[in-house]
Amino acid sequence: MAAVAAFAGWLLRLRAAGADGPWRRLCGAGLSRGFLQSASAYGAAAQRRQVAHFTFQPDPEPVEYGQTQKMNLFQAVTSALDNSLAKDPTAVIFGEDVAFGGVFRCTVGLRDKYGKDRVFNTPLCEQGIVGFGIGIAVTGATAIAEIQFADYIFPAFDQIVNEAAKYRYRSGDLFNCGSLTIRSPWGCVGHGALYHSQSPEAFFAHCPGIKVVVPRSPFQAKGLLLSCIEDKNPCIFFEPKILYRAAVEQVPVEPYNIPLSQAEVIQEGSDVTLVAWGTQVHVIREVAAMAQEKLGVSCEVIDLRTILPWDVDTVCKSVIKTGRLLVSHEAPLTGGFASEISSTVQEPQFGNSISSESPWGRINRSCASQSLPPSHGSVFLSS
Amino acid sequence: MLAAVSRVLSGVAQKPASRVLVASRHFANDATFEIKKCDLHRLEEGPPVTTVLTREDGLKYYRMMQTVRRMELKADQLYKQKIIRGFCHLCDGQEACCVGLEAGINPTDHLITAYRAHGFTFTRGLSVREILAELTGRRGGCAKGKGGSMHMYAKNFYGGNGIVGAQVPLGAGIALACKYNGKDEVCLTLYGDGAANQGQIFEAYNMAALWKLPCIFICENNRYGMGTSVERAAASTDYYKRGDFIPGLRVDGMDILCVREATKFAAAYCRSGKGPILMELQTYRYHGHSMSDPGVSYRTREEIQEVRSKSDPIMLLKDRMVNSNLASVEELKEIDVEVRKEIEDAAQFATADPEPPLEELGYHIYCNDPPFEVRGANQWIKFKSIS
Repeated sequence: MAAVAAFAGWLLRLRAAGADGPWRRLCGAGLSRGFLQSASAYGAAAQRRQVAHFTFQPDPEPVEYGQTQKMNLFQAVTSALDNSLAKDPTAVIFGEDVAFGGVFRCTVGLRDKYGKDRVFNTPLCEQGIVGFGIGIAVTGATAIAEIQFADYIFPAFDQIVNEAAKYRYRSGDLFNCGSLTIRSPWGCVGHGALYHSQSPEAFFAHCPGIKVVVPRSPFQAKGLLLSCIEDKNPCIFFEPKILYRAAVEQVPVEPYNIPLSQAEVIQEGSDVTLVAWGTQVHVIREVAAMAQEKLGVSCEVIDLRTILPWDVDTVCKSVIKTGRLLVSHEAPLTGGFASEISSTVQEPQFGNSISSESPWGRINRSCASQSLPPSHGSVFLSS
Repeated sequence: MLAAVSRVLSGVAQKPASRVLVASRHFANDATFEIKKCDLHRLEEGPPVTTVLTREDGLKYYRMMQTVRRMELKADQLYKQKIIRGFCHLCDGQEACCVGLEAGINPTDHLITAYRAHGFTFTRGLSVREILAELTGRRGGCAKGKGGSMHMYAKNFYGGNGIVGAQVPLGAGIALACKYNGKDEVCLTLYGDGAANQGQIFEAYNMAALWKLPCIFICENNRYGMGTSVERAAASTDYYKRGDFIPGLRVDGMDILCVREATKFAAAYCRSGKGPILMELQTYRYHGHSMSDPGVSYRTREEIQEVRSKSDPIMLLKDRMVNSNLASVEELKEIDVEVRKEIEDAAQFATADPEPPLEELGYHIYCNDPPFEVRGANQWIKFKSIS
């Protein structure tokens, strides 16, 4: 809801600043004060205990990949892992508690099917898990490591940034750990507080040599995860934990790939570009629908999918078309990935002159609180 | 006839039983007990195998353990009623550890542990009211309702830490400060059997031994790291030997007297300047890892029942005290009743106390002199941050 109010308020201010064209529609839209909630009204609303609001919006059933089955996000992940282990005899899955199926049930049944030397538990040591995974990958085997929560990935940060990301470069392509994929549950879940809610994609976006991917749905997750596993670069795959059960869709049973570093334009529009990834995609889809209905504003909705390396062309082409950009993510504002996107689209070589426009700016970021840790999840996201 | 008998009996029952009985009984002042010998690593001698328990101490320990037990069970109940939310890790079954450790050190010593911290928060001096109010996230809580189950702090008690193993190098640092300040204080640094496999623990061992820090590393081995049994997680389950160059002892963590004597021994060792020492407390938790874990998918109900019936720490103390005439069953029952009432009142408070005001959401991010503004989820939501 914060995204809605932010968006609507921003549009109003743009109109007040004398921006052109479609904004004249706002005059006739009969925008009521009530639609724009003031900060004090937020205080009262946010005091009530609410889980962050969003409604998962499934995509239409895919027809080009053969038979499909109803799956939620964790089942889609299991299916992807099942396909990988079947196809690639060197693939192994390891992490804390993966053997019995994992704390989010992403690896259920795999140990029974493929054996205990291919699906095994590690002790409680994230730095060890990733370092060990890099070692496996360097020999050419496919290593699929699980870090139980993205909040715990920091002991492994050195291994990822200093070892995994730079291996190919520093050995002049003699060695690499491209067959390493790290999967981790990510994002707010309502009751996770400080250490079960973090979205650390921005920390890793600062590191060349790795890829960072965040899916929005089961269908996307399976395809993107399979692409990450097959990609010849170390990849980090963040799975929005709130979607594990909440997101249900028809997902193909056979393996298929969704290309990395390609953003998807989910909905075409002409007035403003909305960019998000993971759970927030569903929030901005709802915002786009509300904006169309209540304000007559046509939004172009983009799911970024791959954070690093990100699809600059798709986003910039869209912003050139609409002239306005709103980026929304769960992670904190300062240094969040929205800042990278917003600064890139303003660079002259991408053909945009939007930075010379109205004083209210044509770019907005709707993110989680600037410096607040997510100790009170629902207020953190102000939903 | 039956009516007359019952009238008489009910008349007698009106008087509080203890007043009637204590007057006619003389309790022993103290008693000597034999305790289990500790396994030793790189130590010539260990803690004594007999100890004296005074009646006063016995009643104190009993009351404290019973308070921790009932507080944890009340937290379980409040969680199931959704009055406590988020994560909640209970320590019932491990009462002898928190009460025994406290009995072996001074209030000026320091203690740091991981997330199974409610018992330690109580033994380090906070009231049940503050603890339960923190669990329910109200302003009467010890961290003003912002910390929750895993983030409780008190004087000389450094929490309450969510990330597994991260508190151990902190404990070594606190021990360095103790040595530096020269006040003869020690730091108890606790971690679990799962955390014992974290790399930073070995880094802390090395630093503590190198600089001879007065740090007592304590591994609370409750046999399961979340759902993984120790055999499946550790190449060596002799956690008291894992410090290698650091001397260690393995202690029966279900016997409060054993824990107390071992702690006294370890604290004396550290205070004499010999450097760090490691203690492994063999204990057990009745609940699952947290409230989301039923606790029976990786162990049998029979196992839990067996520990409850044979090694329950409160039962062990009670039997000892009653059998050596340090207290009577009725007296201890009265303590139970008082404890229950105290917990009920605290739960009442914790449920009725208001939540912290929204204005405080942004406080204490930094230490800053003029207050600054923190942006909320959009540019029209602002929180003031003061400290």
